[in-house]
Amino acid sequence: MTVRTPMTLSAVEAGAGLRAALSRPPAEVVDQMVASGMRGRGGAGFPTGLKWRLAAEADAPDGRRYVVCNADEGEPGTFKDRVLLAKHADLVLEGMTIAGYAIGAREGLLYLRAEYVYLRDSLLDSLRERREQGLLGREVAPGFDFDIRVHMGAGAYVCGEESALLESLEGRRGEPRDRPPYPVVRGLHGAPTVVNNVETFAWATAVLARGPEWFASIGTHRSTGPKLLSVSGDVARPGVYEFPLGVPIAEVLRAAGGTDAKAVVVGGAAGSCVPASEFGRTVSYEDVATGGAFIVLGPDRDLIDVAENVAEFFADESCGQCAPCRLGTVALLDGVRRLRAGNCTPDDVARLRRLGATMRLTSKCGLGQSSPNVFLSLLEHFPADMRVPVGTGGE
Amino acid sequence: MTTQVAVDIDGRRVTIPAGTTALDAADAAGVRIPTLCHHPDLRDVGSCRLCMVEVEGQAGLQAACTYPVTADLRLRTDSPRVVDARRGVLELLMGEHPDRCPECVRTGECELQALATEYGVGPAPARVSRPLQLVDLLGPAVTVDLDACIGCLRCVRTCAELQDLGILGVVGRGSSTAVSTYLGLPLAEVSCIACGQCINRCPTGALRPVDRTAELFAALADPTKHVVIQTAPAPRAAIGEEFGFEPGTPLTWQLNTALRRLGFDRVFDTSFAADLTVIEEGAELLVRLYENLVLGSSTHPLPLLTSCSPGWVTDLEHRDPDHLAHLSSCRSPQQMFGSLIKTWYAQQEGRDPADIVSVSLMPCTAKKFEATRPELTHDGRPDVDMALTTRELAAMMRARGIGLADVPASDFDDPFGTASGSGVIFGVTGGVMESALRTVIELVTGRPAEDYFSHADITPVRGFEGVRSIEVTLDRVGPVPPILAHLLPNLEWLRGTTLRCAVAHGTANAHAVMEDLRAGGRFSTYHFIEVMACPGGCLGGGGQPVPTSATVRAARARSIYAEDARYGQTGRARKSHENPAVLRLYRDLLTDGPGGPTSHRLLHTTYTGRGTYVGATR
Repeated sequence: MTVRTPMTLSAVEAGAGLRAALSRPPAEVVDQMVASGMRGRGGAGFPTGLKWRLAAEADAPDGRRYVVCNADEGEPGTFKDRVLLAKHADLVLEGMTIAGYAIGAREGLLYLRAEYVYLRDSLLDSLRERREQGLLGREVAPGFDFDIRVHMGAGAYVCGEESALLESLEGRRGEPRDRPPYPVVRGLHGAPTVVNNVETFAWATAVLARGPEWFASIGTHRSTGPKLLSVSGDVARPGVYEFPLGVPIAEVLRAAGGTDAKAVVVGGAAGSCVPASEFGRTVSYEDVATGGAFIVLGPDRDLIDVAENVAEFFADESCGQCAPCRLGTVALLDGVRRLRAGNCTPDDVARLRRLGATMRLTSKCGLGQSSPNVFLSLLEHFPADMRVPVGTGGE
Repeated sequence: MTTQVAVDIDGRRVTIPAGTTALDAADAAGVRIPTLCHHPDLRDVGSCRLCMVEVEGQAGLQAACTYPVTADLRLRTDSPRVVDARRGVLELLMGEHPDRCPECVRTGECELQALATEYGVGPAPARVSRPLQLVDLLGPAVTVDLDACIGCLRCVRTCAELQDLGILGVVGRGSSTAVSTYLGLPLAEVSCIACGQCINRCPTGALRPVDRTAELFAALADPTKHVVIQTAPAPRAAIGEEFGFEPGTPLTWQLNTALRRLGFDRVFDTSFAADLTVIEEGAELLVRLYENLVLGSSTHPLPLLTSCSPGWVTDLEHRDPDHLAHLSSCRSPQQMFGSLIKTWYAQQEGRDPADIVSVSLMPCTAKKFEATRPELTHDGRPDVDMALTTRELAAMMRARGIGLADVPASDFDDPFGTASGSGVIFGVTGGVMESALRTVIELVTGRPAEDYFSHADITPVRGFEGVRSIEVTLDRVGPVPPILAHLLPNLEWLRGTTLRCAVAHGTANAHAVMEDLRAGGRFSTYHFIEVMACPGGCLGGGGQPVPTSATVRAARARSIYAEDARYGQTGRARKSHENPAVLRLYRDLLTDGPGGPTSHRLLHTTYTGRGTYVGATR
């Protein structure tokens, strides 16, 4: 996948971040992350420094803590982690090592999406080289042992959800856990665990290498730092872009050559659909959040195709554990198809909205909670495309 | 010391230990929150999402069953948002549930039906069809109808966690998520032990016993058939629950009348055969002790394991065939009785065994499987034609308008008459051990069991602790009693011996005991271990009324122990070897004594090592 903008990460000197981290006590490393204001790059946007602090301070009965890299990049329309793992694996592995030092872990696991199996050998090579260089293994620093294993996923979207990922790592069905307790308190094998996205670890390395002030000076007050976006769909120049967070959607479209877009799905299947009238909105945690997916829908797209595609995706990828997601995703797909066929009464449309609300409110994990997002935003902004019977546009 | 936190639930305040779930907190405050996947016997997983509540300060809703309360807070369980969310989930569940409640065995007791009624949710206006699910009708005891499954996973947790069996699991994802056996094989072809604990915890009719009541109605209506029924003590302590009585209401004698009204020609007491089991198994224990301790032979090894529970027997055959030699060769009371009915009783009555329909009322679904065992037949006919569960009999009674309120009491029929109190307590975990010890102590020491345990109540083996142990020192020995004279030269070798005995209920506890035994742990030094497959023993069997819980099971146990005590107060025998009908049988039929050739032909059996992967290795 083409990288379209200069990448800050390409200029980050390998090893500098880890050296900077190991030269100070672990708690200060956490402080640096907190000072950077960084929030998780996987999409949920939890403050990274706070996550590390919670894991470092959580009670670990047998002394074990874990660092887990979520490389199960399965959100439709997201491919920036693939680029990082292919081109900047060292920064990712270095970030995991820094996290391990910061929270007192001895072991890191990289959970690699099944479809990315072709990256495994190069990752294993990187790990071997780092061991040879003393950057992993025994005595990375006095009293600090740390190593990383690669664990292959098996093709389930839900395993990108951190607690389902942990279940999968432990050898069980990938099904989300109840939270609380959160993984920072009881994660892998019941031990305090930091689960971060690939990009989060890469930027953590940069934060340590260049200082938190540098990172915090980019982006907005509440969404600091640069962000990688996977831009796809009806644009002239699809690919991976880097922008400071807070960038207006219109600016991304200009860069990628898609200014005539009808809508953009920001955040992938679990995200939301932003209509052209709102292209002034920004990509940021305070406005339109995304883990990186930025799917552009051109003027000729029939958006009910998008609705059906997303609904099919979730009906297929629901783990099946909780009732509202297992049954709701199927009911929603059925609803989209009935809309397309012109078989929906105004009452049916109202029922589908209520169904979406139920799924958001009652599903156990983010997958189910976010699965009606695209449908509901399309219903709101594109009633004609969605074949909503006239007179039922509003609630 | 656990911290206490104050919770305000819909305006009701309650103080609870930190970490209590919101559901338990609400329960403590007297606020009912609807649930489907929650069950008091099982670990909560929060999968049905019906128990959603508002937690003050949180944007979304939380599942009360899995939300731990760790600080003072306010919960709302009845806000419009909560009620709408619950209704939304119920609409989804009803939207794929088959619309055939009137013909379902669970109608009226179905938890989904009750909640749908409460929230005014009917079958979905726009039903979402799903492919017809497989109905497993091949098993002898348990029917699986996944069409009615709501995916609460109570059965999976029951099987894997409560019972440590793991026959049921989850396969597929999304809309094709389904409960399944290994490779989707029929239950008859996997190592299911038919304990039916999954049925007891299924909120709908997706799991149910194999139903042969139509056949039984036909037999009852057929004047050429002599239909007899034996009733086990556990169903008698529970059937009242099916008719609106409090759990633990004893209805043994009223049930006798009701069964006659239903058309049974004779009503017998399975506890009679339980008394017979005590004599046969007690003799077997003493012979094994003699062989192992005196003769140094371990052909019939110790500890002796009880064999009354067919689920447990099948479990051992599947999981641990190397230890089948530990299993008592005694048939279960149901099968001892079945054998006597089709042979001796038929002869006494001058009836062709082919005209006798032998029915049993059992708390148990595994009894259905046991009744089909080829080794438990005579001339190709099963000794027990039909094993009926408590719930099935209740449904039959309702179908005929027969209740239990205001029904006069009546006794059991001869020639078996009634049983002893010992035979009655077979219905509760520890009961077989208590009965056997009462008899063994008296036969060996020549002294009343009351000299060893007040009122002959052997309380250390009572209760619901998963595994319980007792040691009894035989401080004196008497002369060999006549009933054992053909088996043992004297009892001197037992003088001063301390019998080490244990009781385990639920297969998870049984597995822990067996694991210890295999590893040469303390249970390998034991002499006698009672095992029941179901939590609580027979009173918690898979054929018992729903719902089940520790509270319900304790109430049933109280009723059973009270019946035993009442036997003592009313002058009936409380010890198996004092049951006059049993002694008469040894005089008239089993003339070569306990463990003799006649006993072995009629009352003992053999076992089959089955292994774990039954179907896969066909």
